[in-house]
Amino acid sequence: MSIDIQGVGKRFGSFVALDDVNLSLPTGQLTALLGPSGGGKSTLLRIIAGLESADEGRVRIEGKDATGLPAQKRGVGFVFQHYAAFTHMSVAKNVAFGLEIRHRPKEEVRERVDELLRLVHLEQFAHRLPSQLSGGQRQRMALARALAVEPTVLLLDEPFGALDAQVRKELRQWLRRLHDEVHVTTVFVTHDQEEALEVADQIVVINEGRVEQIGTPDELYDAPANDFVMRFLGPTTTLAGLVVRPHDIGVVALPVNGAIAGTVRGVHRVGFEVRLTVQTSEAREPAVVTLPRSRWVELGVDVGDPVWLRLPADAARTPADAAHVGGVVGVAH
Amino acid sequence: MVDLAPTPARAARPSPQGGHRRQGRHGIGRIALRAGVIAYVGLLVAWPVALVFWNTFADGLAPVVETFTDPLVLASLRLTAIAAAWSVALNVVFGVAVSLLIVRYEFPGKRLLNAILDLPLSVSPVVVGLSIVLVYETTRGVFGVPLAAAGIQVLFSTPGIILATTFVAMPLVIREIVPVLTEVGTDQEQAARSLGASAPQTFWRITIPAIRWGLTYGVVLCLARSIGEFGAVKIVSGNLIGQTQTATLMVEQMYFDFDQEQAFAIAALLATVSIIAIVVVSVLRSRAERKGTS
Amino acid sequence: MTTLADSAARTPLRGRRAAARSTLTRGTGVTLGLSVLWLSVLVLVPLGAVVAAAASGGVAGAWSVLTNPQTLAAITLTVGQAALVTVLNVVVGTAIAWVLVRDRFVGKRAIEVIIDVPFALPTIVAGLVLLGLYGPRSPVGVDVANTRAAVFLAFAFVTLPFVVRAVQPVLEQLDPDVERAARSLGASGVQTWARVLLPALAPAIAAGAAMSFARAVSEYGALVLISGNLALRTEVTSVRILTYIENGQLSEAAVVATVLLAIALVVLVALDLLQRRVARRG
Repeated sequence: MSIDIQGVGKRFGSFVALDDVNLSLPTGQLTALLGPSGGGKSTLLRIIAGLESADEGRVRIEGKDATGLPAQKRGVGFVFQHYAAFTHMSVAKNVAFGLEIRHRPKEEVRERVDELLRLVHLEQFAHRLPSQLSGGQRQRMALARALAVEPTVLLLDEPFGALDAQVRKELRQWLRRLHDEVHVTTVFVTHDQEEALEVADQIVVINEGRVEQIGTPDELYDAPANDFVMRFLGPTTTLAGLVVRPHDIGVVALPVNGAIAGTVRGVHRVGFEVRLTVQTSEAREPAVVTLPRSRWVELGVDVGDPVWLRLPADAARTPADAAHVGGVVGVAH
Repeated sequence: MVDLAPTPARAARPSPQGGHRRQGRHGIGRIALRAGVIAYVGLLVAWPVALVFWNTFADGLAPVVETFTDPLVLASLRLTAIAAAWSVALNVVFGVAVSLLIVRYEFPGKRLLNAILDLPLSVSPVVVGLSIVLVYETTRGVFGVPLAAAGIQVLFSTPGIILATTFVAMPLVIREIVPVLTEVGTDQEQAARSLGASAPQTFWRITIPAIRWGLTYGVVLCLARSIGEFGAVKIVSGNLIGQTQTATLMVEQMYFDFDQEQAFAIAALLATVSIIAIVVVSVLRSRAERKGTS
Repeated sequence: MTTLADSAARTPLRGRRAAARSTLTRGTGVTLGLSVLWLSVLVLVPLGAVVAAAASGGVAGAWSVLTNPQTLAAITLTVGQAALVTVLNVVVGTAIAWVLVRDRFVGKRAIEVIIDVPFALPTIVAGLVLLGLYGPRSPVGVDVANTRAAVFLAFAFVTLPFVVRAVQPVLEQLDPDVERAARSLGASGVQTWARVLLPALAPAIAAGAAMSFARAVSEYGALVLISGNLALRTEVTSVRILTYIENGQLSEAAVVATVLLAIALVVLVALDLLQRRVARRG
């Protein structure tokens, strides 16, 4: 295991940021810490980096106890949400910083900086100041800077959080490819479930200071451990006391065995799909069903028509928390 | 830190909204106001200051040359330079340390400390002088008695002048650094630590360069204030000609001795230094703002 | 120097209450200790000695010093002239700030620099400067030397930057469209000032006024040459203190100095409260 966290807890005043967190992250993997803002994931990352201290528990990095070790001795690369570029140094100087601190020979520093700038596609910007770069370029520079010292683990705190949606998508795919090339154990924090599902080998869902679930993107999506994970990973609705995904629900226009009868209350076309609001007899709130437009045309139902809903056996589901019963589509963010 | 008090030249920046796009229909009122402001500032400051230079060179260069070859004048200038250098050095070390503490840490009594740091700016120089006399006086002073026993004289000598000068100029460096430190935040320092830099390395390579402009302004303003100190120095120095007389004290003495040409010459030199200080800060600041870095 | 990251690394098991109140580490604690020590030696102990010396004569002693006609006249003159100058600065300083922010003309940069001259100019030089235009050798024939007008003039000179520099940044943050909106809603120029600008600028004006008052009350250097220091007529408080010192009456000097210190403290507290108010307004 590359990073081993045992019983870590952290409070800020009376606010519990982390509560008895246990976690093992294997070497060479790309792991996402996923959860809502204020859920404790950034605090956990900062504790791993030594930028924050845990009130209790231990952190081991590559088998060595790092709990009391200051940040500069942990061999950890850290990338900040707002880049933390050294504004008074050129891009090349930024990248060289960690190597110069270590008094590496000049020639070696130069070669390594060149190599890294090529890796992050900034070779032509070596002599610019960070203020002359775009956000995405600055973040790539920060990544090169963190990689320069050959860290045992690379930690990224909401690395794309400050970027435009488009740049963000490009950069996360680029991060995935970079990781496949460099293979350093990488942990990144994100509140964007799409980002985590797309990029990570493994996802750790953290909420209210606790680990809700650990697993591969497929495991999480197909078998969410609880209501929270289910709701956080995408839109959900409730059907027959279960939290399910609107696109998993099957709709037919004729009564079928085991299907739940209901009446269409609303039809909304959203791009390529159609969203039906269906009031069933067993629930107070209507369920939401999404289906491709072609399927809806085939079905030929409209407001006021009776329909029957059923959930395929392999569809992900969790028991609905009493407080959340209702058919409102919950879009997690 | 009470940040509402004036900090020279801070405001010498273009309005962010470009709020003066047109003269508008109310141009007459605006021009009247503008003329009033120019007249007021001109009559109160510009014209009188210009007159000092005029008076200095009214009789040609000879009196000026004579003034600045006078050994007593040179001695006073040297003393002013020594006091100002010490004041700047002490206030930079203290100012950087205290600013970091105030911006980066929480501790009981911080607000009180903050308020006390501004005290020297609003205390009369005469009170500052008196306070130093009371403490360093050799018969009853808290510090004066033991120091006298150790054979160290503070009053009526250079150490007293340095103390008085340092006292009055104390807040200037802090006032310049605190807002800059607050603005740059801790991200860069944390990044440096995570890249393996030790605390001193982080301080010298990241923190100091990040606040370099604020520090520069602070030093320039501290220098100007130190060179110009008069009241406090007059009281603690004893005004001994050729020994404890600083340049500002020299100006007063020469004026009262009807040696007005020399008084004007030294005053013109001091005015030049202070005006250069303001211009330097103003130019650096507007340049830094244009570049978007401070 | 110790940084934040260090504090986190060095205190892994910090108590919860301590964390809420203090984030100091051993290194920064020592730095704070040294700073407070230096501040005490340089500023607090000497100022404390002033108060102690003032108290040494008892209440009766202090009272007799303060009711001495010459001292009383000096304090009255100083506070009165400082108040007058502050009123002037509130009006003129705000106007200057407005012109510097909203107006645009050739030479504005020069005005910007000139505004700061009184701040950086040695006070004794300021006195000499004022004598040049408003003294016995005045080229325009205005001679205020050795009159109360000279006190007012010197105060006005040294306090010029305070209100301007307090108001200017606040005004810059204020969208000029707000003024235009008021005009478009039918407000006259005066109404726009009274109802839109002044309420927004009030805390900054008050802060500048407080600094201006404090500076005027404590002024010494700019006055010595031009006011003549005539007892009961143009002698200000700081000159009075100096006279006591020169006569070796240190405790009498301390009593008057304590009055100035008290004014400085009141101003500081007022500024602290004002700043909090400004901060709340964002």
